[in-house]
Amino acid sequence: MRRVVVTGLGAVTPLGNDVGTFWKALVAGTSGANLITKFDTTHFKTKFACEVKGLDIASYIDKKEANRLDPSAQYALIAATQAVEDSGILSSFNPDRVGVIWSSGIGGILTFQQEITNFATGNGTPRFNPFFIPKMIPDISAGHISMKYGFRGPNFAPVAACASSTIALADAFIYIKYGRIDACVAGGSEMAITEGGIGGFNAMKALSERNDDFETASRPFDATRDGFVMGEGGCGLVLEEYEHAMKRGAKIYAEVMGCGLTADAYHLTAPHPEGLGAYNVMKNTIEEAGLGTNEVDYVNVHGTSTPLGDIAELKAIKQLFGEDAYRLNISSTKSQTGHLLGAAGAIEAIACIKAVQEDIIPPTINFNTPDENIDQKLNLTLNKAEKRTINTALSNTFGFGGHNASIVFKKFVQ
Amino acid sequence: MSSTTIAEKVTQIIVDKLGCDEAQVVPGASFTADLGADSLDIVELVMEFENHFGLSIPDDKAEQIQTVGDAISFIEQSQA
Repeated sequence: MRRVVVTGLGAVTPLGNDVGTFWKALVAGTSGANLITKFDTTHFKTKFACEVKGLDIASYIDKKEANRLDPSAQYALIAATQAVEDSGILSSFNPDRVGVIWSSGIGGILTFQQEITNFATGNGTPRFNPFFIPKMIPDISAGHISMKYGFRGPNFAPVAACASSTIALADAFIYIKYGRIDACVAGGSEMAITEGGIGGFNAMKALSERNDDFETASRPFDATRDGFVMGEGGCGLVLEEYEHAMKRGAKIYAEVMGCGLTADAYHLTAPHPEGLGAYNVMKNTIEEAGLGTNEVDYVNVHGTSTPLGDIAELKAIKQLFGEDAYRLNISSTKSQTGHLLGAAGAIEAIACIKAVQEDIIPPTINFNTPDENIDQKLNLTLNKAEKRTINTALSNTFGFGGHNASIVFKKFVQ
Repeated sequence: MSSTTIAEKVTQIIVDKLGCDEAQVVPGASFTADLGADSLDIVELVMEFENHFGLSIPDDKAEQIQTVGDAISFIEQSQA
């Protein structure tokens, strides 16, 4: 079977707008949270999020092009550009055998909101911008990336809420593994920090409302956690067939070993209380990778800082790993980045890949109060990064609708 | 509004939407052949002209606006 390796990375995140800056901040344990600057939050229950800061869009995208792109697609194009340039793949590729699989949980919600507001406050005459639809649809980022580089292989957006971009990576892995393509730009991006996005998630009681201490509001596993903190950004990877990468002398970050996709088939938004779908998806992933439970070193959990979700996922980990659960490092980097929704899988994949490459576990920050429902013998990498040899790292993401996706990366050995 | 002002405003809108150099925006310039616009860009430009000059440009008239000069003279006539 063909092997699949990671040869390029790109990141636009609340902790920095390139991979190096992001990773340094993540290891340091940095809160990406801030009071929302994008709209007036006076009447909103949640007034904070983890926003992207200081991104120089003009250095990547000309003004006309930027006008045609929802922010979620701007992040996509920038992160993909970084990843493609980082990979060096443009020196040697068959355009028909390079795909782009790029996801977003929602797509252009800001564009949608603006256009509908404009119509609703008008006189009933439809005056929609001709770019409304192509700015809004969640697959458009994949299209833009393909047009920039001429990549003519498979091109689409898998949509599975917060599991979306893990599925993008999984699809890319599968297409390459089974010989359909040589390489794929894969990732996800999201910008849902809008009135509709914050208001909508607030209505579900999904978001933290800790406005008086927003920097520590994303506190997975802490007894006082009260919901997730919205993040935004885009992250991309270049996945490439091993021989293809070796032949052109590419630098290789890590190897993709396996992936899993399952459903809870249980509830619209709540996780299965015993973490059944989470258990199955991790099991499928390590089985495809040919790894025993004693061979996984790090699990980057979905761990959104919601009361139910964090517990169900840890139950699933204990059930699958048994005694080996206690030798794992577990961490939720959402404590720092917030929850990037459709980009969560991609940003957390980069955290896993850098962890495997550099042998450092980025921490779960903001932990103070143990939760009696959580086994305190688990190593949740609380508040401080830990050095250890990391041969394999597993990333979990779960989405509303009961979608579960996992992927596992291994230290690259020729 | 004087014709100079109309031409200036039209130029400004075109530069803003199409991201082209102001020097390229001459009366004979074709939106598609010279200024790099596609069909969606032209629809958006026409909407901007409508918004800014308080006009309603029917589709059959909009299709006849192919150059910068076409746009300026259509707007001048509408406001005359």
